[in-house]
Amino acid sequence: MASVGKIARRSFLIGSAAVAGGVAFGVYAWRKPVDNPLLADLPEGATTLNPYVMIDADGVTLITPRSDVGQGAVSIQTYLLAEELDVDPQTVRTSFGPASGAYYNGKVAAEGMPFAAWNDGLVSRVGRSAAGPAAKFLGLHITGGSTTVPDMYDRLRAAGATARETLKQAAANRYAFVRADLRTEGGAVILPTGDAVPYADLAQEAAALDPIEVAPRAAEGWKWLGKNMRRTDMVAKSTGTFRYGGDLVLDDMIHATVVTNPAMDGGVVSVDDAAARAMRGVEDVVPITDGFAVLADNTWRAMAAARALAIEWDVPTGRPADSDAMWEAHTAAFIDDAQDSRFADDGDVDAAPGDLVTAEYRAPFLHHAPLEPANATVLYTEGGTQVWTATQVPIFVRDAVAAITGQDADLVQVHNQPSGGSFGHRLDYLWVQQAAEIAVQVPGRPVRLTLSREQDMTHGFLRPMAIARGRGTVDDGQVRSLDLSIAAHSVTESQIGRAGLPAVGPDVAIVAAAWDAPYAIPDRRITGYRVPAGVGVSSWRSVGASHNGFFIESLLDELIAEAGADPVAERLRLLHDDASRGVLEAVADMASWNGPLGDGKGRGVAFTIAFGVPCAQIIEVSDTEAGIRLDKLWIAADVGQVLDPVNLESQLSGGALFGLGHAMHAEVTFDNHRIQQTNYHEYESMRLWQTPQVEVRTLETLPTIRGAGEPGLPPAAPALANAIFAATGTRLRDMPFAKSVRFA
Amino acid sequence: MKLTVDGTTHDLDVEPDMPLLWLLRDELRIHGPKYGCGIDACGACTVHLDGLAVRSCQITAQEVEGAEVTTIEGLGTPDAPHPVQQAWIDEQVAQCGYCQSGQVMQAASLLALNPAPTDAEIDAAMSGNLCRCASYPRIRAAIRRAIQSEGA
Repeated sequence: MASVGKIARRSFLIGSAAVAGGVAFGVYAWRKPVDNPLLADLPEGATTLNPYVMIDADGVTLITPRSDVGQGAVSIQTYLLAEELDVDPQTVRTSFGPASGAYYNGKVAAEGMPFAAWNDGLVSRVGRSAAGPAAKFLGLHITGGSTTVPDMYDRLRAAGATARETLKQAAANRYAFVRADLRTEGGAVILPTGDAVPYADLAQEAAALDPIEVAPRAAEGWKWLGKNMRRTDMVAKSTGTFRYGGDLVLDDMIHATVVTNPAMDGGVVSVDDAAARAMRGVEDVVPITDGFAVLADNTWRAMAAARALAIEWDVPTGRPADSDAMWEAHTAAFIDDAQDSRFADDGDVDAAPGDLVTAEYRAPFLHHAPLEPANATVLYTEGGTQVWTATQVPIFVRDAVAAITGQDADLVQVHNQPSGGSFGHRLDYLWVQQAAEIAVQVPGRPVRLTLSREQDMTHGFLRPMAIARGRGTVDDGQVRSLDLSIAAHSVTESQIGRAGLPAVGPDVAIVAAAWDAPYAIPDRRITGYRVPAGVGVSSWRSVGASHNGFFIESLLDELIAEAGADPVAERLRLLHDDASRGVLEAVADMASWNGPLGDGKGRGVAFTIAFGVPCAQIIEVSDTEAGIRLDKLWIAADVGQVLDPVNLESQLSGGALFGLGHAMHAEVTFDNHRIQQTNYHEYESMRLWQTPQVEVRTLETLPTIRGAGEPGLPPAAPALANAIFAATGTRLRDMPFAKSVRFA
Repeated sequence: MKLTVDGTTHDLDVEPDMPLLWLLRDELRIHGPKYGCGIDACGACTVHLDGLAVRSCQITAQEVEGAEVTTIEGLGTPDAPHPVQQAWIDEQVAQCGYCQSGQVMQAASLLALNPAPTDAEIDAAMSGNLCRCASYPRIRAAIRRAIQSEGA
């Protein structure tokens, strides 16, 4: 396990400030003041802090600025604070806090730079630290990139520890004790007499003290961290009492839905809304960008009326209209003029000795398709606008809404909501813009926009499709060279572009998890090609690694098979990173890997590093009369330090099964500019009956604590393809695999 | 029309073809049942109709007139959870949780009809309930735990 001392200390200072009737504890922002959401009236030039603990007459509120899209972010942020502050994580009040640059994410931008996670050399460290301030100035109050735990681990414990010690000092002053003789428990300072003084009673006095900075508690003394946790949202989510953004009810609320051009963008030629307007409960039909909104007194009535609109749509031009043309655009991108990056170029792949293997692989467009349809509630008034929605990018949402209402951004308040899934979907906010466009047409009345599943599914920003061309050589029973070229749209260009920001330089996402795979292959080259922008693309769980893991681990498996080597042993021989070898050895041990199984059974192995986490997986399949059956999945991953073994297992297992379900079944295709998959019956993924048994082992040798929402995904698809090859002799090079084989 | 939901009888004036799901969510403001697909492809809207699991997006108001509907919020409560809900809590099943109302209702209905289902019977009963987070291993574990606790 990584010691606390080995974990890089980040440059922040501890602080506190008086707020109405109480005190806020937090950490000062990076070097320079940034806007503080809770202290808007602070004098010019004063240093400000980003608060995580608010205590006033109502009690304690923990601020958990990272969005909860199902990964358990609120729960772990609560536990990190509670571990130091001695409040009950199950009952303490929490809030996402407002959209603010103070809650910048210093990790997201760092991981977007071309420094391999296993490379801790000087250049990499300098590069990563430079990304921290950049993220702040871009206002990246963002949830993503599996960064919540790594970004918050030190910050929240520091804020909690300072709050605790300062409250103790306030009690010591008031009751004439020495701070060291006091302790804390259950949201109160306990005096030597045994009397308990609630934090709320001490808040105003604590605000007058200099905050006391102490080191967070040592791991040996932890009550909750590192042990099996009970997530703070679990009881509510098991009893149907948990409230998502789409469950929000406000007085005098209008229910709305929208129907927009099925080609994603493009205008309207004509509309006949007479039938829709005549339907029961329909209040109005109003224009929005690229379509219309129906306002009604019930969501179902709005959706039924939306289907009754007779609309003739404009057809966009200037980009490929169907999947065949889109594949052609990708095929045409393997040219020098379209080269985006070549971060890895070792030896000379053109002169490598040995027998040549070549192969081409394909990954389709995919939708995030979280189960809660996209929704947003917006109340517009002349004096300001309130927004309730689940978002991973509250500042982008605030600014986008302000652009529509014509108000200053500080008049727009974003109340972030927990989300029924995301997988990257909530990094976009088109539906929030649509809700704002509706709201400005009905001032003073809250509008709750709920997209129909069909509208959501056919208007998503997608995981890019991608083509990889691989070649390599084997010599004397070993892999000698590997040359992989990948063509895809740039997620960064598309996604950052939608926020109106420039994306400069090569896009690491096009080659992520391929260029930085830590294999010591003597002749090795990874080249990214950027396909000109077409339909909008997006970060989909594990981003570029979601297809590149499949590409490189499939090619490597083909080379190893050609060499006649063992898939685990040859990978172990090639891996030059200790933690990477560690997870591969662990997963081989879990599966008792000892060569081919025979008898219609096959095992496949794959390994990737994504978001700094080395993860190895082995899948066992059977070739049955009903088709390929997934029997077992073993996962080993190294996250540096485990905070919650239970949720960590859920994230790794969930990531792998999410990856498998899509690799087996899912693709988004286009015809006449329209997405053809409109609902889950046309976009199948993992279901319970096809779920293999799953076993997870986590290691803690990395020097840095890491997040686990995404790293479980990339090895899953190649492990399955490699297992199917082992069982049947058939290589699957195109996803989804169900186009080529039947699954039992 | 009259409809009994979670033990309370309501008088409602809605179209005969309004799906039960939207009657619950937007007329009665009972938000435990979720809208995921509207076409019986995800199971997030599952409730019990006279004790049996049904997709509330596929049942119309006229079909439930006079019936007894139980939603996830009537099955048990945070303070007094149903044994299946308790198993879900103990196994820490939920991630985003959006499908879990339907998963719990489907599992409770299965166990009410068949207190000791085989693995294949569990697979068959539960495979219409989509979990995009893929919490399936814990769903299986929770159902087995609920079987044990019911049998004890």
